[in-house]
Amino acid sequence: MTARIGVVTFPGSLDDRDAQRAVRIAGAEPVALWHGDSSLHGVDGVVLPGGFSYGDYLRCGAISRFSPVMETIISEAQGGLPVLGICNGFQILCESHLLPGALTRNDHLHFICRDQRLRIETSDTAWTSSYEAGQEIVVPLKNGEGGYVADERTLDMLEAEGRVVARYLELNPNGSRRDIAGISNAAGNVVGLMPHPEHAVEPLTGPTTDGLGFFTSVLKKLVGA
Amino acid sequence: MSLDTVVKAQDDSKDRGWLQDGPVGAHTFGQPYTELGLKDDEYQRIVTILDRRPTSSELAMYSVMWSEHCSYKSSKVHLRQFGEKAPASDAMLVGIGENAGVVDVGQGYAVTFKVESHNHPSYVEPYQGAATGIGGIVRDILAMGARPVAVMDPLRFGAADHPDTRRVLPGVVSGIGGYGNCLGLPNIGGEVVFDPCYQGNPLVNALCVGVMKHEDIHLAKASGTGNLVILYGARTGGDGIGGVSVLASETFDADGPAKRPAVQVGDPFQEKLLIECTLEVFAEDLVTGIQDLGGAGLSCATSELASAGSGGMRVDLDKVPLRDATLAPEEILMSESQERMCAIVEPGKVERFLEICAKWDVIATVIGEVTDGDRLEIFWHGEQIVDVPPRTVAHEGPVYERPIARPAWQDALQADGSEQLPRPRTGDELRAALLAVTGSPNLADKSWITDQYDRYVLGNTVLAQPEDAGMIRVDEETNLGVAVSTDGNGRFCKLDPYTGAQLALAEAYRNVATTGARPLAVTDCLNFGSPEDPGVMWQFAEACRGLADACQVLGTPVTGGNVSFYNQTGEIAIHPTPVVGVLGVIDDVTRRTPIGFREEGQIILLLGDTREELSGSVWADVVHNHLGGLPPKVDLERERLLAEVLIAGSRDGMVDAAHDLADGGLAQALVEACLRGGNGARIVLPEELDPFVALFSESAGRAVVAVPRSEELRFTDMCRVRHLPVARIGVVDGDALEIQGQFTVGLDELKAANSAPLRGLFA
Repeated sequence: MTARIGVVTFPGSLDDRDAQRAVRIAGAEPVALWHGDSSLHGVDGVVLPGGFSYGDYLRCGAISRFSPVMETIISEAQGGLPVLGICNGFQILCESHLLPGALTRNDHLHFICRDQRLRIETSDTAWTSSYEAGQEIVVPLKNGEGGYVADERTLDMLEAEGRVVARYLELNPNGSRRDIAGISNAAGNVVGLMPHPEHAVEPLTGPTTDGLGFFTSVLKKLVGA
Repeated sequence: MSLDTVVKAQDDSKDRGWLQDGPVGAHTFGQPYTELGLKDDEYQRIVTILDRRPTSSELAMYSVMWSEHCSYKSSKVHLRQFGEKAPASDAMLVGIGENAGVVDVGQGYAVTFKVESHNHPSYVEPYQGAATGIGGIVRDILAMGARPVAVMDPLRFGAADHPDTRRVLPGVVSGIGGYGNCLGLPNIGGEVVFDPCYQGNPLVNALCVGVMKHEDIHLAKASGTGNLVILYGARTGGDGIGGVSVLASETFDADGPAKRPAVQVGDPFQEKLLIECTLEVFAEDLVTGIQDLGGAGLSCATSELASAGSGGMRVDLDKVPLRDATLAPEEILMSESQERMCAIVEPGKVERFLEICAKWDVIATVIGEVTDGDRLEIFWHGEQIVDVPPRTVAHEGPVYERPIARPAWQDALQADGSEQLPRPRTGDELRAALLAVTGSPNLADKSWITDQYDRYVLGNTVLAQPEDAGMIRVDEETNLGVAVSTDGNGRFCKLDPYTGAQLALAEAYRNVATTGARPLAVTDCLNFGSPEDPGVMWQFAEACRGLADACQVLGTPVTGGNVSFYNQTGEIAIHPTPVVGVLGVIDDVTRRTPIGFREEGQIILLLGDTREELSGSVWADVVHNHLGGLPPKVDLERERLLAEVLIAGSRDGMVDAAHDLADGGLAQALVEACLRGGNGARIVLPEELDPFVALFSESAGRAVVAVPRSEELRFTDMCRVRHLPVARIGVVDGDALEIQGQFTVGLDELKAANSAPLRGLFA
């Protein structure tokens, strides 16, 4: 049986089709989920895609966090449902308190779109098990508010517990503390990532196919389980 | 008198409805038509059409719709030739006159694309001006029934180091990014050009491409008596009132009143919802006609829909949802509030239409219906305030044969050729010239700008800047795709507008072909000074004639576009700047040819003829600050042949890299191909050419290609059979650009020179 991965569309989501494509290329079945529908329709995992949900008004992710679908996702995630938040999805996960910290305006104050080198710091999450810890990958990054911040204690805790999932290499594109590009919750089923692995799944359209590992990881976990 | 005062004065006259005057002669009735941008004779014409004094609402509608921006009154007589001379093309599905032209790209797909200007608003308020420029062109594409899939921005600013450029450029760039990124449309190309002539009149053009199936094409017409008129999208506010008539149809005064309120304010989130909502409405076949609200707002949408349809429409203006409840009907009619659309829907489909709008949190309101009459009638709380024949508003505005005169300075300018200027002779001098040219703002790396745009979203971007053309995959199963490039060269056009316009087309055409796509159709944005200046009108007439003639030869019809006049501050007009966008189709995007030299050992070939053509060149500009002489010669048959060879080379897998030669000549093309591919090149210049001419001449109809050694013979044989000049000039190798016998520059040094200017000035 193929794993079914839900991709949520909020008003203003942009990379929802891309996330669905990545899920499909990884070999799973993408399922479109709607922000106003609290049912997850029995999916085995969820991707919160990039974009500007609610126009980033108020704060990035602050309004989407209160949508009916998020209520279900928050409770299911606490029960172990694999959830990957990419870019705006990461912001929503922080606003939902599924992940600690916050994403703030890039330190240079400009939107930035570039092919970004990352180091995968742990393969112990639902979304990174296809990688080796220490593996370097290149995937697109595109954000205006991608600077990861948290207080020092939280940052120390994330490091100590091995919850820093990926770090920026060569250039910190947005002023993130400790070059953090992605983190996970303590259980490792919820991952937030600022760069966009769903844009690096085909040689034709991406700088690499390095991003596919995030989607095959969850598949491996689900099919193996 | 400000616009606010004008409208208030009308309010006070308490005669929004009818006046009892009978048939009239040359009266002005004290109406403020001059302040609304209408000339005396235009006002009299309205009086004659209506056979009475126009109401203030009618006056508001005519004033915006008869503005230069909406009516094309000065350009129409010249634009006609794009239709009259249009080459027969099986690809054209919808031509000039609709929101955008539509082209058949095969496999049941149609592509619509158009370039438009938002020059004046972007100077007044760079962020919002540029942002709403994107918003407007995207709605045009959407209104044709297509999903918008990419945008591009041809931009022109004053001198890169001028203090005001530091105000305008960052604002424009973040406006384009802020709006386009939030809409989820990849920005795949465009241009950034600096020239002092654009100091007071920057050019902010925006192009959008959309894709649909043939059966999804929608047109802007209101037909079917009893069908309902639905306004949906954002509420109407007081922004952008008179944008088309006051901003875009007048010359800027050095010390005139602030025009900022005439600039619209954009909400890209609302536009994203509007796109998704509209596409869902199309998918369920719920609309019979549709029009976006852009320049001239409701005045334009209602009159154009009615005019193109059966002719009759009744609108209850008081039903329009407002952001500001104090707006007068004249203001509602003139408002250019963004993110609004107007649809004609059969009564039985209205409920479903409104449901879909509600799903997307889009406000939708039935504001009127199609009638069996031939009048556009608008009511305000039951009182009739407009009763006009819609064609007289939308399609039968004034048409002017403006006086045309070749400028007195044209001969002297053309006689002063750059070929006479002192040239670099030694290897060291040539090396210094190369670094100066490649390190000039116009040829410098533009990534500081383009990195602020999302080029990945939607996941179908095959090529994006700094490639020769942007390329988008249309079908994920078959790999069908389209490529688009925009080009323009105001310096060449200043020297000779006829040839300059043809060179712009030739370059865009060539850029599409270098990627392996077959050029199909053209859109143009014609940026000029004041049409009331006979010299400017001559430039305009010549450019139109040149472009129409060239499109005929290349077999690429103009499908639509836009004219922007009054790019002039005081007496100083910009260089005539027709910007030409060419769209091409490629059957298999995996065959696309990028510009970079990616593999060491590959053979570098130069295609085409190099002549001593330096007038208007980047070298003349950068090294001598000189503009004079005649632009490079155009040979359109040669351009066709070159394109055929490049397309065949791509299709048959013979070519691994191809880059067109344009600004900066062979020298700059080699620099870009090396930097993009991360490899150096060893070059032996053709013996028969002076090294300086070989490197810096900007002769048209040329390209460099890199071919694997195994393909060299097959490729050069193909060129010889087709009589396209081909010269082996070197090999991809090492980490430097070496011009043998002259000089060597390391890639690091080239990269430093090429990337320094923009980051140095704006970062």
